[in-house]
Amino acid sequence: MIKLSSERRVTAALTRRDFLVGMSGASLAFSFAGTALAAMDPALPGGRLPATDGPVFQPSLWFAIDPSGAVTVNIIRAEMGQHVGTAIARIVADELEADWDKVRIVHVDTDPKWGLMVTGGSWSIWQSWPIYSRAGAAGRIALLEAGAKLLGAPLGGCAARSGAIVSGARKITYGEIVRRANLSRRYSPEELNALPIKPAAERRLVGREVVALDVAAKTNGSAIYGIDASEANMVYGRPKIPPTRNGSVASAVDDSAARNVKGYLRSIVLHDPSDTVPGWVMVIAESYPAAIRAADLVKVTWTPGPGATVSESDIQAHAEALIGKSEGGVLLDTGGGDTAAALKAAHSTLEHTYTTATVLHFQLEPVNALAFEKDGVFEIHTGNQWQSLIMPTLAKALERPETSIIMRTYLIGGGFGRRLNGDYAVPAALAAKALGRPLKMVLTRTDDARFDSVRSPSVQTLRIAFDENRKVTAMEHHAAAGWPTQVMAPAFMPKGLGGASYDPFAIAGADHWYDVGAQKVRAISNDLANSTFRPGWLRSVGPGWTNFAVESFIDEAAHHVKTDPVAFRLQLLDGKGRNAGSAPSAVGGALRQAAVVQRAAQRAGWGSKFPLDTALGLATSFGQERDMPTWVACCARVRVDRSSGVVSVEKLTMVVDAGTVVDPDSARGQIEGSALWGLSMALHEGTQIANGQVVDTNLDTYTPLRISDVPEMDVSFIDSTEPPVGLGEPGTTVVAPAIANAIFNATGARLRHIPITPQAVRNALAPQKT
Amino acid sequence: MTRFTINGRAVSVDAPGNTPLLWVIRDELRLTGTKFGCGIGLCGVCTVHVGGRATRSCITPLNAVAGAAVTTIEGLDPLGAHPVQKAWAALQVPQCGYCQSGQIMQAVALLKDFPAPSDQDIDAVMAGNLCRCMTYVRIRAAIKQAAAAMASKPT
Repeated sequence: MIKLSSERRVTAALTRRDFLVGMSGASLAFSFAGTALAAMDPALPGGRLPATDGPVFQPSLWFAIDPSGAVTVNIIRAEMGQHVGTAIARIVADELEADWDKVRIVHVDTDPKWGLMVTGGSWSIWQSWPIYSRAGAAGRIALLEAGAKLLGAPLGGCAARSGAIVSGARKITYGEIVRRANLSRRYSPEELNALPIKPAAERRLVGREVVALDVAAKTNGSAIYGIDASEANMVYGRPKIPPTRNGSVASAVDDSAARNVKGYLRSIVLHDPSDTVPGWVMVIAESYPAAIRAADLVKVTWTPGPGATVSESDIQAHAEALIGKSEGGVLLDTGGGDTAAALKAAHSTLEHTYTTATVLHFQLEPVNALAFEKDGVFEIHTGNQWQSLIMPTLAKALERPETSIIMRTYLIGGGFGRRLNGDYAVPAALAAKALGRPLKMVLTRTDDARFDSVRSPSVQTLRIAFDENRKVTAMEHHAAAGWPTQVMAPAFMPKGLGGASYDPFAIAGADHWYDVGAQKVRAISNDLANSTFRPGWLRSVGPGWTNFAVESFIDEAAHHVKTDPVAFRLQLLDGKGRNAGSAPSAVGGALRQAAVVQRAAQRAGWGSKFPLDTALGLATSFGQERDMPTWVACCARVRVDRSSGVVSVEKLTMVVDAGTVVDPDSARGQIEGSALWGLSMALHEGTQIANGQVVDTNLDTYTPLRISDVPEMDVSFIDSTEPPVGLGEPGTTVVAPAIANAIFNATGARLRHIPITPQAVRNALAPQKT
Repeated sequence: MTRFTINGRAVSVDAPGNTPLLWVIRDELRLTGTKFGCGIGLCGVCTVHVGGRATRSCITPLNAVAGAAVTTIEGLDPLGAHPVQKAWAALQVPQCGYCQSGQIMQAVALLKDFPAPSDQDIDAVMAGNLCRCMTYVRIRAAIKQAAAAMASKPT
């Protein structure tokens, strides 16, 4: 799976280092010492780091201690609201026994030494935990040895605590050790990998409340995002977005009207050897408002590429047709069994089809990038979640080696997966190159929506078979959607049965932990979606549709066999066979999922009586992928107004088992935010493709959740000392099916499409009136 | 030239009168705490105070603030320690943070009109400010905490 391969790449990058534990002069301390902007400390005004004097102790890539005892932790992950740097620094500091008040974080640039740089998949803490905890442990051991020597005390009588080595009443701080000691211990990669990390009972920072290091700057206006980047002699660009995402050719540009705009400079048809932004024209001006006005007046003649006449219904009809064919698609290894035979032999069967609409990221900071060449290096200043993916594309576009390009990652004003696809850096770089001058490109909101890599619409058909004892004997799940990983990062696709590649992010979730006997999961790439727009990774990606289908269908199956939906789930979450779970991250398996289901049902008052047209609905998931399960259950209390069709969500009860929780307050924040994202996509969002473009491009018609629609929330975590898993996405996908299940329990109407609109609810209720 | 004051400082800006105030603040005056979101006044990330009233700077032309007193997030409190900012930090409201300058400016204006706001007051006033990270639960709690702090320590 992609997570494992990416972790291996991170580890490989780590082990290429020889882990010299030693003293280095200031000049060796940080490769980015001369480029202050590269290293962003969100806790400091403007994000700028102070210079360090004197020797620096840097036992590995991941952190350094200066003579004042300040511990600087290098963060390769982008900060986009998860307070990721704080959590990673807590992992290091705990093992290092550092004084937390002296810990700071640095978001690094794209020097190849950092290895794979990606912030997505809810992987950051899961992947960082083993690496940064061992890095901290190595530092502690080296400081203990050196500190004991300086104190003249036996090593066994010394302890590391709060940034000092302590022996009885005597102690020496880490800063003093750095100043005085001559550390020369080396660790082989094998030694480092074998370093034990502390038992959970010895943790002093992990799991404790902390004020995130980036919060203060985000309350006083000093936090710096990509859109805030600037460079001397900079001009501004706003693109003309072509009629199709792919294959457009700009054949003529008429800027005669734009020349009347004060500050307008020129328009450039971008030559893009990487074919990332075909047909783009950059309108350039001395100020951004001038660029906006001028772009409105520039007329471009395009020959559109594929998809210019394609609509959402075309894409969905194509998906249905693909599902209907017996050939095509990729089967996942789900333990086998002959589902066709089981369905044929069944006492009863059930089949339903579920659909989801196109969804926009609508991250509030429109995509943007500042680009310029300086001292032989092409610099890109922007917010980005997957630097390693876009760097080779930038090299191709700019026709220069990747080693002469650097990306400086700023705070991100909303990621949600939009900035995993760094395509927006390309037009800024091309325009700056053509112009020979620093250029900051900013997309207007409408530009941003039209250029979004949206969450693909999807169609899924599920089947289930029961024997005469109402036992489940087989289940099939066929899912067709656009495949973001196929379009943007095909090398990251794993292979299914028969050796064909599939996009794990478009099917994960269908390979659930329910014991259903014979199981078939078929992932189908919707080629019409892939050619019409650029499908994106959007918070949770595929589980946003697969879990809607699985959890709606499991509920329908429970009602089909007249079993309580919670009891039905608990029967299937038996933790047997392939669902038993295994180390490192899935110990306990389906039984842990059963535990969150039980707790959510109990906390929400499952089985209680509610007023007319009000009911609970439950849904559960394992988060993103089977080898990194975050066990989540959601109970939604919903009231349906039958005359208007309006669905009011009164309360969401979320129970999460994410193993060890490193930063509890940020973890709660991620669950609060992701659950409300789920609610927003269930009831308030959704758009559609018409003539190859999204119909809704701004808040006049695209209507995400507002504060007035926020329900009461009850978020709780299972106490656990298992390794940490992910929290950014898993709360998102359980909410829509919980709402749909609650609507059914309240009214008997089953909604099989998200977003659930009042019109759809009225339509579903209509037959009951007669 | 358009003259006005920003965060107590007198400025004169040479830009077309129909230039949105937002870009004057961000790109001419280099105060980047005020953000760009939708450009049509519906997300609230560009919210500043004009004469003490919450105003969407993305749809406010420069010539409309001639002679006015404009306050941005940077000028709300000399130490960034307005009770609303303190409540925001104490409850760790921000996630990505991009909308929070606007949320804070709107909340400060709300508390002038409703020193002890009800949930309905908060919904009515704050519904114009989108938070894409969906930090709404904490925004509501922080407004109430700030209201309590301001009530106990009248300024």
